[in-house]
Amino acid sequence: MKVLVPVKRVIDYNVKARVKADGSGVDLANVKMSMNPFDEIAVEEAIRLKEKGAVEEIVVVSIGVKQAQETLRTALAMGADRAILVVAADDVHTDIEPLAVAKILAKIVEEEAPKMVILGKQAIDNDMNATGQMLAALLGWGQATFASEVVVEGEAANVTREVDGGLQTIEVKLPAIVTTDLRLNEPRYASLPNIMKAKKKPLDEKTAADYGVDVSPRLEVVKTTEPEARQAGEMVPDVDTLIAKLKEKGVV
Amino acid sequence: MAVLLLGEVNNGELSVDATAKAVTAAKSLGDVTVLCAGASAAAAGEAAAKIDGVAKVLVAEDASLSHRLAEPTAALIVSLAGDYSHIVAPATTDAKNVMPRVAALLDVMVISDVSGVVDADTFERPIYAGNAIQTVKSKDSKKVITFRTSTFDAAGEGGSAAVETVSVSDAPSLSSWIEDKVAESDRPELTSAKIVVSGGRGVGSEEDFKVIEALADKLGAAVGASRAAVDSGFAPNDWQVGQTGKVVAPELYIAAGISGAIQHLAGMKDSKIIVAINKDEEAPIFQVADFGLVADLFDAVPELTSKL
Repeated sequence: MKVLVPVKRVIDYNVKARVKADGSGVDLANVKMSMNPFDEIAVEEAIRLKEKGAVEEIVVVSIGVKQAQETLRTALAMGADRAILVVAADDVHTDIEPLAVAKILAKIVEEEAPKMVILGKQAIDNDMNATGQMLAALLGWGQATFASEVVVEGEAANVTREVDGGLQTIEVKLPAIVTTDLRLNEPRYASLPNIMKAKKKPLDEKTAADYGVDVSPRLEVVKTTEPEARQAGEMVPDVDTLIAKLKEKGVV
Repeated sequence: MAVLLLGEVNNGELSVDATAKAVTAAKSLGDVTVLCAGASAAAAGEAAAKIDGVAKVLVAEDASLSHRLAEPTAALIVSLAGDYSHIVAPATTDAKNVMPRVAALLDVMVISDVSGVVDADTFERPIYAGNAIQTVKSKDSKKVITFRTSTFDAAGEGGSAAVETVSVSDAPSLSSWIEDKVAESDRPELTSAKIVVSGGRGVGSEEDFKVIEALADKLGAAVGASRAAVDSGFAPNDWQVGQTGKVVAPELYIAAGISGAIQHLAGMKDSKIIVAINKDEEAPIFQVADFGLVADLFDAVPELTSKL
């Protein structure tokens, strides 16, 4: 079967996001960008399914600015077979909302007819946690979100999900949407030979208009501010002092 | 304006804390109707009717709703959506699974993890792991929202809302439940606990997490963990506190062997009192702690446990 894996270019997760002084957003100019960590897990899962023989082809897709090409090359270097770049914004500060992304992905699914779409559960920039569920809704497919284990068996997948209080296992009929949680796998690093090979793998370039999708936002960003800073308190010399302080505050 | 609030129902029982916090968040948006859905949901509906500020309760009972599967739950909400300007839920894993599906079916954007209500169209939410707060104004006709429960106080008891039953239409079955592996624990639930004791990478192993658990049990606290501890296999994922795990705001948060990565701070910095125990005096966790103790956690935590 074919698997589609959408990936997003986001601020590197080791970089602290800085709010722009004019309150218009987070400064992304000259900041290290990487693949969204949950999407790396999604790419890795698709590769593992291919290595097990459950998947024949992995198509990766990214929707955003032209520079997302680098993110797609990373996915190709990890082991994806081919890539589609959908240019939907010029400015690196423009975030395409999950609903618009899901609409474009739905069109790509129509063309590519994958049996499964594996997505990260959330992007670490807008923290929406929505694209997979929205895509499932638009396609009328079943969804298995926050996956920590995926087993494909014939025309269904058994997915163990991370939920409040523990784990839930469900069976979802294929085609289906899977979104990844942290413990699903540990993504591999691309080797240098594979990075070289990835440069020759096919990468199609499209635009949002090619799919007839209006990407204008439904949520207008009024302002972006720094969160209220928490003041550092005092250092205590030993456990006895700590206990005394906590008793004074009435919390123990 | 009217609000439909998806009550948090598990195995027929209402999670009153999460639901009551969402009621507080939703009250300013209009009359709140709580929907309780499940194979059996009548008892949950009765409990929801007692929450102060709830105007009406809808009970939907059907076998298809028994395991909080997204597809039938979303279909049910969409079938009721016509009467409401806002469709909301506490931001639990169940609601995060269901609500974006509801939003897409209604062709509107979901507004996830809302931490503040400015007006009926305008909401605040943390982005970039809580490193920024974004205020967004929705242009959609209906708002689909999940509320970050840690930033709202639970509504009290004392309500006596009318309870109505709603019919459930057949939806195609796309997924089916196989099993739940619920961590059996006498400890309080992480997101509603008054005290949370968390361990990080510094704990070193799953075995050594017992040191953290012993202090938690002494205090009647929930146990938390940093992402580093979860990634290292020291603690289960449902203990994870942070941007990618749970967001907590207890009266007292004790962080032991946690350096204080941005992603962890995003999950606990609204706690009333934060205690940090770390042998590295440079650890960033000390910058947000009310009380910091530079010490080996394997000395300090057992000492705390024995002296408290």
